[in-house]
Amino acid sequence: MARELWKGNEALAEAAVRAGAEAFFGYPITPQTELLEYMARRMPELGRTFLQAESEVAAIHMVYGAACAGVRALSSSSSPGISLMQEGLSYLAGSEVPCVLVDIMRGGPGLGNIQPSQSDYFQLTRSAGHGDFHPLVLAPATVQEAVDLMYGSFELAFGWRTLVILAGDGTLGQMMEPVEMPPMRALAVERPDWALTGAAGRPPRVISSLYLDAAELEESNLRLQAKLRQMAATQQRWEGFCVEDADYLVVAFGTVARIAQSAVRAARRAGIRAGLFRPVTLWPYPRQPLEAICPQLRGVLVVEMNGGQMVEDVRCVVRERVPVRFLGHLGGVIPMPDEIEAELAQLVSLSGRAALS
Amino acid sequence: METIYRRPALLADLPTHYCPGCGHGTVHRLVAETIEGLGIGSRTICVAPVGCAVLAYKYFVLDCCVAAHGRAPAMATGLKRVLPDRVVFTYQGDGDLASIGGNEILHAALRGEPITVIFVNNGVYGMTGGQMAPTTPLGMRTTSSPLGREPRQQGYPIQLPELLATLPGVAYAARRSTHSVAEIRRARQAIERAFTAQLRGLGLGIVELLGACPTNWQVSPGEALEFIQQVMLPVYPLGEFKVAAELGA
Amino acid sequence: MAQGTLLIQTDRCKGCGLCIRACPQQVLVAGQHLNALGYQPVQLDEALRRCTGCGVCAWVCPDLVFTVYRESAGRAG
Ligand SMILES: Cc1ncc(C[n+]2csc(CCOP(=O)(O)OP(=O)(O)O)c2C)c(N)n1
Ligand code: SF4
Ligand code: SF4
Repeated sequence: MARELWKGNEALAEAAVRAGAEAFFGYPITPQTELLEYMARRMPELGRTFLQAESEVAAIHMVYGAACAGVRALSSSSSPGISLMQEGLSYLAGSEVPCVLVDIMRGGPGLGNIQPSQSDYFQLTRSAGHGDFHPLVLAPATVQEAVDLMYGSFELAFGWRTLVILAGDGTLGQMMEPVEMPPMRALAVERPDWALTGAAGRPPRVISSLYLDAAELEESNLRLQAKLRQMAATQQRWEGFCVEDADYLVVAFGTVARIAQSAVRAARRAGIRAGLFRPVTLWPYPRQPLEAICPQLRGVLVVEMNGGQMVEDVRCVVRERVPVRFLGHLGGVIPMPDEIEAELAQLVSLSGRAALS
Repeated sequence: METIYRRPALLADLPTHYCPGCGHGTVHRLVAETIEGLGIGSRTICVAPVGCAVLAYKYFVLDCCVAAHGRAPAMATGLKRVLPDRVVFTYQGDGDLASIGGNEILHAALRGEPITVIFVNNGVYGMTGGQMAPTTPLGMRTTSSPLGREPRQQGYPIQLPELLATLPGVAYAARRSTHSVAEIRRARQAIERAFTAQLRGLGLGIVELLGACPTNWQVSPGEALEFIQQVMLPVYPLGEFKVAAELGA
Repeated sequence: MAQGTLLIQTDRCKGCGLCIRACPQQVLVAGQHLNALGYQPVQLDEALRRCTGCGVCAWVCPDLVFTVYRESAGRAG
């Protein structure tokens, strides 16, 4: 397959189509809108469902309805829209109905702006709605990775009967990169054994998140928690760069990790044995691999486009063993490699011994 | 011996959780009878609301899901769009449909989604204990309008089928009541037309049904029927406000 | 006049009395004992008049406790 130039948002849309998405429901919001516009053209062309909903609230409940029929359904939005979708996400989680959602994050709080941001980290990993659940959150750093993760997302969603959220910052949605698109997958003909299709020749099925009895709701929650633990144990994904001999680790996700990688390279040239740890799953957080690297480290630098969100997960793993510094920019200001390098140098002097290669 | 009446098989042989004399029981029966009469039970999907009818899935022997409060028309849209040959209906209370779900029903109607909407108007929020609903008649006391609904404070009751009847996407819009045998029979016909509109792909069909909530009206079940006539009917005239030509007169 | 008969699922009856109000023959009365739900279920009392099998009770009952039969081949209700 030839590599072609694709804009992030449109590449995500085409990857979803090729992954067998049968229905898309969404609402325009920058910097995600090209995804919706692409679907508006592409889905009807293939005889599949596209609908611009009256709001993100309606969009996610349309996804919920379509997903109840056992089809691969998705939506996409950006931060303020995700806030509105939380109600639906909670119901989807409570009834274990699978779907895929894209969040092309922008700056907040409030209307904020349309600049790239990573400030939905808490929202997506910790508080995607009321009740006890976590979506599986994937954070691609390149357009190619976004395509590949999207292509596998429905298997994850249906396999685990979970929400899968692809979290990209505005940069990822807007940038053009060469991409190798995966082949078009045939649509699934079989519907899962929980799908609502009309009770023809079988007993009726019910999809609900309601358990009026305390013991029953606890039981359903415990089942959900057991599943989440299993996901946490098996789904942690990450990528490393120069990690093997690193004394100092930069931790960053999404496009920030690409900037951090340049900084790590530069730091290496300056004699600092730096490495990069890039979580691919934000939930479950790749704690085990990070823990495995910890003993060799003298310091950690977390870089994010937010006020310091993922850094809490990193501190949970690293604890007080070595200093954990944070460099963050908000509101669409993008961290620069030389800034990161300077922070690394600070970290080295703080932790006392510069490990020279 | 001729059987004059037998319960529809599409209603589970279970006691319901509804209070004595509750309008939901009657409406459930009419819906089940209609679906059975049309012979569409094996391809019908019910979207239950949040409200006293949240457990409708226990009673309808149909594939069912439960929407978030007010979102049933959006969920039904999702289902119907991917299963166009199935019959999808929502069952909603007045708080669910006319208040929190106002936007969802309005836009499902604007789009002319070929779904059927069964809308039970009892003038209050039943499940949460009788608070004011958008449908509460002026002057009526509820737990959240203790001095009686006053228009300058709490606005006016909403006549939803009349409003939706103005939209081209709506194929059928009617209001019926459950306070007498004659009206219950008319209600049954209206429900059938709202499903027929869907079966013929004509657009959205909605039937508002005035139903009793004796518990929160704080009257006996018998008095509740009088309440419908004296308090509800003056605000909520019965009738068909939109009948697509293809449905016949 | 047609002769009707009823099967009353008394364990389902919530004693709302809507059928008692509606019955044109006034042959339905509230029973004396309580059922498992804690209500006084309706019962047929044909001491004064007979049930005609018109089906009105079934039409107004929110809890579907009635099955209605009619002896002669009359008009369906
Ligand atoms: C988002 C949300 N807000 C509020 C509630 C609480 N709530 C449950 S039922 C209900 C009102 C239901 O009233 P109505 O739709 O009129 O139905 P009824 O119970 O009268 O049949 C409310 C406010 C909820 N479940 N979810
Ligand atoms: S509270 Fe009102 S609406 Fe709810 S079950 Fe009781 S009578 Fe019916
Ligand atoms: S069938 Fe008619 S006459 Fe007989 S009990 Fe019922 S309402 Fe009364």
